[in-house]
Amino acid sequence: MKIIIKNGRVIDPSQNLDCTTDLYIARGHIVGLDTPPEGFEPNQTIDAKAKWILPGLVDMQARLGEPGHNQTGHIASETKAAVAGGITSLCCPPDTDPVTDTQAVAELIQRRARQAATAFVMPIGALTQGLKGEHLSEMYALKQGGCVALSQANQPIQNPLILKNALEYAASHNLLVILRSENHQLKNHGVAHSGAVSTRLGLPSIPASAETTALARDLILVEEAGVRAHFSQISCARSVEMIQQAKQRGLPVTCDVAIHQLFLTEMDLLDFSSLVHVTPPLRSQADRDALRLGVKMGVIDAIVSDHTPRGRDEKQLPFGESKPGISGLETLLALTLRLVDDKVLSLSQAIQLLTEQPANILGLNCGSLQLGSSADLVIFDPESYWTLHSESMLSEGKNSPFSGWEFSGQVEMTFFQGRPVYLANAV
Amino acid sequence: MSARLTRPNIQLNEQGKLKHFLTLEGLKPHHLTEILDTAESFLNPHTNEIKKVPLLRGKTIMNLFFEPSTRTRTTFEIAEKRLSADVMNLNISASATKKGESLLDTMWNLEAMQADMFVIRHSESGAAHFFAEHVAPHVHVLNAGDGQHAHPTQAMLDMFTIRKLKGDVFDLKVAIVGDILHSRVARSQIQALSLLEAREIRVIGPKTLIPPFPEALGVHVYHDMEAGLEGVDVIIMLRLQNERMQGALLPSEQEYFNLYGLTERRLAYAKPDAIVMHPGPINRGVEIDSAVADGPQSVILQQVTYGIAVRMAVMSIIMSNAALLAQAQAEAVESPEQASSQERPE
Amino acid sequence: MTKLNLDINQLLDELAQKVREHKLFDDQAKLIGIRTGGEWIAKGLHQRLNITSPLGVLDISFYRDDFSKIGLNPAVQPSNIPWSVDDQHIFLIDDVLYTGRTTRAAMNEIFDYGRPASITLVTLVDRKGARDLPIQPDISALQMQCHQTLKLTGPEPLSMTLIENAEADQ
Repeated sequence: MKIIIKNGRVIDPSQNLDCTTDLYIARGHIVGLDTPPEGFEPNQTIDAKAKWILPGLVDMQARLGEPGHNQTGHIASETKAAVAGGITSLCCPPDTDPVTDTQAVAELIQRRARQAATAFVMPIGALTQGLKGEHLSEMYALKQGGCVALSQANQPIQNPLILKNALEYAASHNLLVILRSENHQLKNHGVAHSGAVSTRLGLPSIPASAETTALARDLILVEEAGVRAHFSQISCARSVEMIQQAKQRGLPVTCDVAIHQLFLTEMDLLDFSSLVHVTPPLRSQADRDALRLGVKMGVIDAIVSDHTPRGRDEKQLPFGESKPGISGLETLLALTLRLVDDKVLSLSQAIQLLTEQPANILGLNCGSLQLGSSADLVIFDPESYWTLHSESMLSEGKNSPFSGWEFSGQVEMTFFQGRPVYLANAV
Repeated sequence: MSARLTRPNIQLNEQGKLKHFLTLEGLKPHHLTEILDTAESFLNPHTNEIKKVPLLRGKTIMNLFFEPSTRTRTTFEIAEKRLSADVMNLNISASATKKGESLLDTMWNLEAMQADMFVIRHSESGAAHFFAEHVAPHVHVLNAGDGQHAHPTQAMLDMFTIRKLKGDVFDLKVAIVGDILHSRVARSQIQALSLLEAREIRVIGPKTLIPPFPEALGVHVYHDMEAGLEGVDVIIMLRLQNERMQGALLPSEQEYFNLYGLTERRLAYAKPDAIVMHPGPINRGVEIDSAVADGPQSVILQQVTYGIAVRMAVMSIIMSNAALLAQAQAEAVESPEQASSQERPE
Repeated sequence: MTKLNLDINQLLDELAQKVREHKLFDDQAKLIGIRTGGEWIAKGLHQRLNITSPLGVLDISFYRDDFSKIGLNPAVQPSNIPWSVDDQHIFLIDDVLYTGRTTRAAMNEIFDYGRPASITLVTLVDRKGARDLPIQPDISALQMQCHQTLKLTGPEPLSMTLIENAEADQ
């Protein structure tokens, strides 16, 4: 299958590229930009005039519901949702059921993903067995089994000695560790940010210090261990500052933020909507502004969807009893581009945060349209206006607080390994 | 940015009148004074007795208590029976609902039994909102305490007590003492006091018992009891829950009493005619000295009686508003034709 | 439409005389007025009859049978019967008897206070022709038909206007 995509505006920060040109695809790879390779005879020509051509997005944190019983979604459904949102590579955290702490589970995930053949799914292995924070998992075997990194998902190791050992062991084998910093004692069964809104609503609260004290500890242990560490889903202004200082000290650290943290705040909790129950919690306006600034200044390296599909029964509960999480794959790109409209980011910065940078953190060559790379790309219509309706989402989790939001710009077509895997408005 | 902030208050109907009673936040002062005025009419002006009236005859009120509480449930039950409603009490332990049947299944089942009103107590903040969002349109939800969020009828009975004894809430200085952080009663009291324009609302307690962001409540914080009581007209003592002692929030009951217990000596810092209130049940010797609890400035027992009248008022106002709305809607449908001849003004 | 101002004091004198002559009346008689018009009439009678025990007042808002249609009267005030109704001969006083529903509500409320020995219904005006219930006044000073309406203003000065309007109640 040879395809030529003509006259599109190709935006690929990994090559510092933003120009109107033609793109040539053959055997699932990018084989030419601007000029066709010798003897190229396309089977298909797509006119992408006035459209944008973006590398397929890389999402470092998306739950796919599989393996697991009683979970919402499965790899086939969620990867379809991913490509509808322009995401062609995604990492799934190890809080599956059973936990991704063995090669077998990691391989199962990849096998299912290959069967679905919709997007590239990269499992993240558990740092400790069963995510219990007690015994180290077989990290090397997990890496052999295809895990791109190791993490504790939303269950950070509380015992500093075990964390120290885990980081040192990972460092010995040059493994990437993804950490979410949170102190469980300070979290104290809280469900909302400790601020004006939790004060008014009487929701059990989580102070910013639950994150920042843990982050301070984690940064010191990371420095000592010399491990490559990525901090996942920071939520506080102070955390941005701390990561910035760590980077200035030359630590090999990176971090990401969940897209909803850049739009929603504690104020969105005022009518107890369980759709905005997330972990870490939505924090204050000042925190949101600092996170936006952190993204703009390059302190924050990637934006993730933190996609967590939830069924009706998990969300139709009083706020504190509902399960946290947002179904975010289908809004990651649209919301990130809204940051461009809001003058927070330049367009190329926005794309970079969703493609080149997460790929670099993971040490993978996805998220790029360079010659020879896999033809994972998105044809995007910047002039198309649409409204998100949760009931028409492709994910099995309809839990989006952005339902009813209007967006400008829509994914028209997504290619994965040179094949169209999503076509907007297709019946 | 978020559309959520502009959403209509779910406890008000299309006419801006109370449909549910979930919290005082977002209500107007006139909603509160209507409740207080109506409560007044249920009380015999001489004896403070409350007579049974046939107002809600034929209506079914279900008291859904997901959290045990004999006292509050009893006062609601008395209020409902004095209004001649049919009353059902359901004590549903939280563990039972977690086993299988979801909260909504439980609610829909009860709704199918022709309930007109649910009185709900639940340990989760926001539970009453949750019910109100999901009930059938003809069913009303009354919050009898949700987590640490709100307990609006308790706050209204406190306002009623203050009004009875002080004439008006307006311009009073009120101190609330104790565990503000975990208290739904305190949150609702503070909202009621500010809606009724109390001059100053003070909260008194150690930092471990004060919410993280007291500015959001519009209160002045005092960690020193004597300074906090200086010149106040009303003192509201909150109950110190035993389980708070285990959370290392306080060193001991003894030290708490030494610092924040209301004694006659401390009471003297308030105005000479200050009244002492307590939502009950009181912990003698922990938050309040017996001499004060039983003393001339204590109005603790009056609060209980007034609680019945206030709850009757809230329930009859809600049902009355529903009747008025239904009538208005029926008239809107009929209006193209001439008014019916059924009206018989008395 | 024609209007006629009636001499309320003369009517009250007449009504008081009829009450005085009633077989159950004595100076211990217990009077209850129905708020608001009935209360004004009852006050007038109470003065004229020199009764020692204080006047009772009923607010029948909580007893109306049309709550589900018109809701709660926002001006509702507490009823006040400052003596026990048990075994008393009660004179229940209203300004106008029309459908009989107000009287029914008032009697229900009285029985919630206790068991009176008797109730005698006294209305200034008996407005005939639209009764819904088998209730008739024992004593009244004036009879009128249902195409006539009555406007009572008070409490001070108390006045009454009769309005003739054939269409008013069609």
